[in-house]
Amino acid sequence: MAIDNIGAPSRELEHEHEHPGSDLYIRVAIVLTIVTAIEVVVYYVEAFRGFLVPALIVLSVGKFFAVVGYFMHLKFDDKRFAWMFAAGLVISLSVFIAATAMMWSDEYYLGDVPTTIEQ
Amino acid sequence: MATTVVELQTAHGSGGDIGHADGHAEHPPSSTGMDSRKLIMWAFLASDTMFFGSLIGTYIIYRGRAEALGVGPFPFDIFDIPYTSVSAFVLLMSSLTMVLALGAIQRGNQRGLRVWLLATALLGAIFVGGQYFEFTLFASEGLTLTSNMFGASFYVLTGFHGAHVTIGVIWLLTLVWMSLRGGISQENSMVVEVAGLYWHFVDIVWIVIFTLVYLIPYEEVATGEGAPAVEHSMNLLARLGAALPF
Repeated sequence: MAIDNIGAPSRELEHEHEHPGSDLYIRVAIVLTIVTAIEVVVYYVEAFRGFLVPALIVLSVGKFFAVVGYFMHLKFDDKRFAWMFAAGLVISLSVFIAATAMMWSDEYYLGDVPTTIEQ
Repeated sequence: MATTVVELQTAHGSGGDIGHADGHAEHPPSSTGMDSRKLIMWAFLASDTMFFGSLIGTYIIYRGRAEALGVGPFPFDIFDIPYTSVSAFVLLMSSLTMVLALGAIQRGNQRGLRVWLLATALLGAIFVGGQYFEFTLFASEGLTLTSNMFGASFYVLTGFHGAHVTIGVIWLLTLVWMSLRGGISQENSMVVEVAGLYWHFVDIVWIVIFTLVYLIPYEEVATGEGAPAVEHSMNLLARLGAALPF
């Protein structure tokens, strides 16, 4: 009986391609363009220097998830694809945070390394 | 027994029907209910995320060290943000044309598929050409792979991304060639969707690189001259970490 289920299209498969139309994609692209422009403006305007880094990270994360969710259809696809990608993303972020944390570590900071090589 | 055979045929036929509707006809049914080609592409993208995560982390560490050591040229000496912003915009638009190509073939529009695929490949080629020009400019200003740690990590990171884009352009042109030979139909539009996943991934990697590599200033952190927002963020992270129960 189990074999009957192997070939059967799952509910998820049936739902995999409920993709939105071109209008939504164009709207998403316009939003992404505007957000990119805001990033550049925030970078140049002195008044924003105080919260430049958090602002850029928030905008970048927003763009990231807009592309993944809409253009890559993860918002509409089988959730197992999302979990698979999320697993890679979490491991990647862990490596990234661990590596960059060393930058701020006193033990790792190599301020005293000579800048020239003695002959 | 007869019932089982009929059920099997129906099940297989249903898979084909779904394919006719949305591009799965040539794909055999799987026990997971997911298209295996799409599954393997997502697995690859997950692994590639780790690859780029490591490269970006390495870049941030080495860039900070290069600035601390005082061996130039430094990012703020050579980066041209308006130029890179245009490159980011070009790649962003290529994601739009890619998704329009997929939409076209899912409607059975062969001409639309080819037009949008070519547009995507062209935008990708413009991006790679721009990157080549940028590399040439940076090299003429003294930044090479061996200049300092910033140069080494910057070229490795952006070079690998450029290689990904180049592979994507070749892939897209291959799809155009396949389409011209009648190899892509509404029924097997999954070949375009899988290529699209790869292409959009290349775009999201650039979204991260554009922010972390080009826009966020590290020199203030490395020289200890300020960057209150960064310090505040790090303090906030430290306090959050301390508040965790594990």
